[in-house]
Amino acid sequence: MRKEVRLSGSGGQGLILAGIILAEAVIHDGHEVVQTQSYGPEARGGASRAEVIIADEAIDYPKVGTPDVVLVMSQEACNKYARQVKPGGMVVVDETNVKTVPDVEEARVVRLPITDIARHEAGRQVTANMVALGALVGIAGLATPEAAERAVRERVPKGTEDLNLKAFRLGMKRAREALGAT
Amino acid sequence: MLSKAGTRLMQGNEACAEGAIAAGLRFFAGYPITPSTEIAEELALLLPKVGGKFIQMEDEIASISAIIGASLAGAKSMTATSGPGFSLKQEGIGFASYTEVPCVIVNVQRVGPSTGVPTAPAQGDVMQARWGTHGDHPIIVLCPSSVAETFTLIIEAFNISERWRIPVIFLMDEVVAHMREKVVVPDVSQIKLVERPRPQVAPDQYLPYAAGEDLVPPMADFGSGYRYHVTGLTHDQTGFPTTKAPEVGALARRLDAKMKRAAPHVTFVDELLVDDAEVAIFAYGVTARAAAKAVRDARAQGLKAGLIKAKTLWPFPSEHVRRVAERARAIVVPEMNMGQLVLEVERASAGRAKVAGLSRVDAEPITPDEILARLREV
Repeated sequence: MRKEVRLSGSGGQGLILAGIILAEAVIHDGHEVVQTQSYGPEARGGASRAEVIIADEAIDYPKVGTPDVVLVMSQEACNKYARQVKPGGMVVVDETNVKTVPDVEEARVVRLPITDIARHEAGRQVTANMVALGALVGIAGLATPEAAERAVRERVPKGTEDLNLKAFRLGMKRAREALGAT
Repeated sequence: MLSKAGTRLMQGNEACAEGAIAAGLRFFAGYPITPSTEIAEELALLLPKVGGKFIQMEDEIASISAIIGASLAGAKSMTATSGPGFSLKQEGIGFASYTEVPCVIVNVQRVGPSTGVPTAPAQGDVMQARWGTHGDHPIIVLCPSSVAETFTLIIEAFNISERWRIPVIFLMDEVVAHMREKVVVPDVSQIKLVERPRPQVAPDQYLPYAAGEDLVPPMADFGSGYRYHVTGLTHDQTGFPTTKAPEVGALARRLDAKMKRAAPHVTFVDELLVDDAEVAIFAYGVTARAAAKAVRDARAQGLKAGLIKAKTLWPFPSEHVRRVAERARAIVVPEMNMGQLVLEVERASAGRAKVAGLSRVDAEPITPDEILARLREV
């Protein structure tokens, strides 16, 4: 088993932190993991990208080729990455920020107002990365919810655990509902 | 957080910093530069917690000079940089090599020359790591290909440097430095640590550069009552300058002999499926991981491929290459440079196998498919 995940959006959305937390959850689950990210000017304000590879055995080549799961949290990221998904894979779209999704054949597209859920239901827009992480864990089978919640609790700033876990659980729940509806 | 024993997600640079502390590092001087900056950041946090010292110096030359001074005073010392800073440190590296001061110099390679692409990987400093400073000189260069290996290999770097009084260059690349992977952190009390040989004689009988049978002179800590002179000028056993031909020659020959004596103890190579390989790959750093995948893919397609993964680049593992070259038809050498160690592989295989390079210099790592295609060509 080797699963490749790409989390993409704009700088400031917390996607690298979401990638790190996902990777830590995978370790809690007892699997192998590599997390990489884009560096350089594009990480400030422009496009931002984190990648996670999950496997049962040691991971040799550490870079993502054709991702099984793609999260897009900006229109620019969607235009660039949505169509790179593997046939049979999944694209999770933050429809608060993404208005047009290109035709993605042979992959499942799940639309979810991730940023709106963070802003209005979790209570803080900055938790959009946790809503997204919850969505990925909820429907893409990347980590167990228990491991992911532990990883969230251990990694987020002290005092924000409850807020972030609330956002994470909202993402998981809403994504499962959305998947049922597609 | 300073690591407790257990399994953790860690960044390559973080593993370098934490492994160094586990190895006994207590003094770091540096001038931050991408993609090595997290090493300095991490050590600024961690060293004070173990009674160590972190200094951000005014530049790279001051940094290498500071760690040489700290090592002379008895502290295990390290600096970290990238290409542009590595160039500046060469004078100090030569001084440390000639005066036999143990120290570790981390160079996280990025695209060069000059400022290059600061955030992108390359393997262009392999020859500079060996020959960047002037004159014949002993040097050891280690190169990790994963985060977990960074943790264990940096500990070896300190142990080797202390044991043989030879500076060790720890040559990382941007991919290994910045990625995060699982590391099983051992119980620190279980890690085998090596200390430099210290004098067994009274201060008034101490000759700082008189070596015994193992060719490594005992080293006294400055400030411990042993008064001696250290100079980059050619020196005799007392540490004072000399221009006398027999003494000049004796020092050069002892340093060379010491390096040869150390070589078998500091050469680390992993071999993957080389015993029946028709075609082999020689690779290091992150490229060795693409190579491992290429070997598995080739085997799945019926092509008997194998991999020599070098964790020690210098002294060059000639013996491993020679053995594989005796059986394999060809050896492919993928490198993120225009061809540096491919020349050493050619020298070591001495016509026994065809040697073919594979260069990628566009700021992207080499992929398994590129290596596989080259294996099919040769």
